[in-house]
Amino acid sequence: MDFNDTPDEVAFRAEARAWLEKNAEPMRPGDKSESPALMRTKPSSINEAQTWQSKKADAGWACITWPKKYGGRGATAIQNVIWGQEEKNFKTPPNIFTIGQGMLGPTIMVHGSDEQKDRYLKPMLRGEEIWCQLFSEPSAGSDLAGLRTSAVRDGDDWVINGQKIWTSGAHYCDFGMIVTRTDTAARKHEGITYFIIDMKSPGIDIRPIKQINGATNFSEVFFADVRVPDRNRVGSVNEGWKGAITTLMNERAAIGGGGAGLPEFEDLLQLVKQVEWNGRPAVEDPSVRQQLARLYIRFKGLEYARYRTLTALSRGVTPGPESSIGKLVGAALRQEMASFAMEVLGSAGAVLDSDEGIDVGAWPQSFLSTPGMRIAGGTDEILRNIVAERVLRLPPDIRQDKDVAFKDIPTGTKAS
Amino acid sequence: MNFDFSEDQKLLQKTVSEYLHEHSPLTVARQVLESGSRYSETLWKGAAEMGWLGAAVPEEYGGSGFGHLELALIAYELGAALAPIPFSSSVCLATEALMIAGNARQKERWLPALASGQSIGTFALTEGPGRYATDAVKTTFADGRLNGTKVPVCDGDVADIAVVVARRSGGGTGVFLVELHQPGIERHPLTSVDASRPLARIEFGDSRAEPLGDAGGDWNLVEQLLDRAAVLMAFEQLGGAARALEMTRDYCMGRFAFGRPVASFQAIKHRLADLYVEIELARSNAYYAAWALSTGSKRLAASAAGARASASDAFELAGKEMIQLHGGVGFTWEFDCHLFYRRAKYLALALGSANEWRDRLVRAIAA
Repeated sequence: MDFNDTPDEVAFRAEARAWLEKNAEPMRPGDKSESPALMRTKPSSINEAQTWQSKKADAGWACITWPKKYGGRGATAIQNVIWGQEEKNFKTPPNIFTIGQGMLGPTIMVHGSDEQKDRYLKPMLRGEEIWCQLFSEPSAGSDLAGLRTSAVRDGDDWVINGQKIWTSGAHYCDFGMIVTRTDTAARKHEGITYFIIDMKSPGIDIRPIKQINGATNFSEVFFADVRVPDRNRVGSVNEGWKGAITTLMNERAAIGGGGAGLPEFEDLLQLVKQVEWNGRPAVEDPSVRQQLARLYIRFKGLEYARYRTLTALSRGVTPGPESSIGKLVGAALRQEMASFAMEVLGSAGAVLDSDEGIDVGAWPQSFLSTPGMRIAGGTDEILRNIVAERVLRLPPDIRQDKDVAFKDIPTGTKAS
Repeated sequence: MNFDFSEDQKLLQKTVSEYLHEHSPLTVARQVLESGSRYSETLWKGAAEMGWLGAAVPEEYGGSGFGHLELALIAYELGAALAPIPFSSSVCLATEALMIAGNARQKERWLPALASGQSIGTFALTEGPGRYATDAVKTTFADGRLNGTKVPVCDGDVADIAVVVARRSGGGTGVFLVELHQPGIERHPLTSVDASRPLARIEFGDSRAEPLGDAGGDWNLVEQLLDRAAVLMAFEQLGGAARALEMTRDYCMGRFAFGRPVASFQAIKHRLADLYVEIELARSNAYYAAWALSTGSKRLAASAAGARASASDAFELAGKEMIQLHGGVGFTWEFDCHLFYRRAKYLALALGSANEWRDRLVRAIAA
């Protein structure tokens, strides 16, 4: 047991670091990396992100796990981790390309036509074209295959009508990939078709969603008679669910532990040492100590579980089931940490102004941001189902929508 | 990154598992529990013959010369089998104490006997209700004699030697080695929450004893011993927790209600998923602590406390969920659920409660 790189990994890390040192500025203590999820994307930061991406692409450091023929370097999963660890030590713009590069690009590689691969992959890799994912709908979240946005064939085109929601970056993206309903008489998963869509097409209306933390990271996207040429279809008609699954598998690999830009356990430890309870540091209070220890154990348990995952990747094998608990534990843990930190602060924990002489740090903001982490990319409940069914091999849910034509499935979003 | 056990270590674990599958089905633990025989002498001899008791003892003292990573995996499998033997007391505490603090004479005298299973060792710290603390130690050591009462002592009635924490005439605490077969020592078997792992009261009346090592150390030595045992016992607890989850899962798959396996209800699935998560978090903490123990890392104190507290919680949760998800039969003497429920509590208290270890954890990280 050790935490060392293998000789190959040492060499790769050195190569990555050498290039970064020449091309970027190192992070200094106190610098905080900006999380793409929390960023309010301005045109200037999009330009910065694109400049950095093209620089990496020129040097062969963009999308390193992609095959060489698509501009990557065929890097292994562990090399990708090492690259990420190294890049994090430098000041770089937030990565706004991950949905395309991490999820949609790999989907096109598997299910797309040669024409689509030639046309889209290279600009995606270079960051010249930014992509979004048009999956969720108001009544198709955890139950994604319940989607109702329709696509109807009309000559060489398809005509799309309906609404998507929770689309990250919709307003600055050039292209999206959209799953649509193309046959309501077929069973639920058998009437879905997958398309690439130009986000500048007439008939697309994008409305930002204001979140409980005040930020706007997502939009609703409305489609009114939006025309998409048939050559943009990814995979066969009514067989789009396969492609959607490929995208979702890549999403799970991409999301992982999360938490970038949020306060860490070390921040909590500093807080309980600094804040006084009854004239003594709060960390001396037995109730604080018990909760602090519980949080530490979960925080470290996740960190060490990641080491186990990395070990598997380093050996070139598929990570074990421990890798599936990262988001389930991590999101709730971040929420608990924020809530506990505010409790330690007492009444002052409720103050969001920074000019009142009270340093509450990033905790209230984290308190307001973390509920979304427990929902995005698979709710806690869906993740428990996944652990139960894929890891513990328990039976799937008994479903009433399985062998029924889609149009006959009961629906509704309101209590009657 | 190589945060995993080696192929050789996993092979050893498989051998242990297979041996226990054959020689220590749950009927062995149940037999000890029901008969009051205190431990299984047959299994103890088997464990000795397999080299498990001296796994981390150097070969010159009759051990197998493996390290603590191997010992941790052995403890895991013994935990999974609910092995009714004084392994944690004798191997994780007494043997460890002699290895890190004994002098050459003491090691020569006792390590071969402990490694071969001829002698059973234990560790005597507690003197009644409350937390472990140096102030709570009233037993005294002076002029080579111990006086006082230790209660409860795990495996105290079956042990041959004890590593005893006592107060010197000068006031400070130290660690002392006592042969238990001598006049002036009275031992009373106690009824344990898990009768497959005994407890006893030991009364010392001018009993002969000697400092562990040349000087007997101080409270820091006590904490070191606790940290080391905490890591190894966390593996024993994890093994028990994982087995409880596996058996509960299998039961829920085969038990039908409302026309379907109860394992198909989300109310059940989510509870099993949550238990799995708790066990995996505890397992990751235990792996890290094993690494810290095997390398002598300065992170041992924090990681041992983390491993111990999470393993205690995970096994206790597993024991509770096991009964709950079995329903009524889980509450019967006939089903094995209570063996896990009992063992989980016994082990969670044997080395100080999870509450206590969380406090130790904060001491280690906030210093």
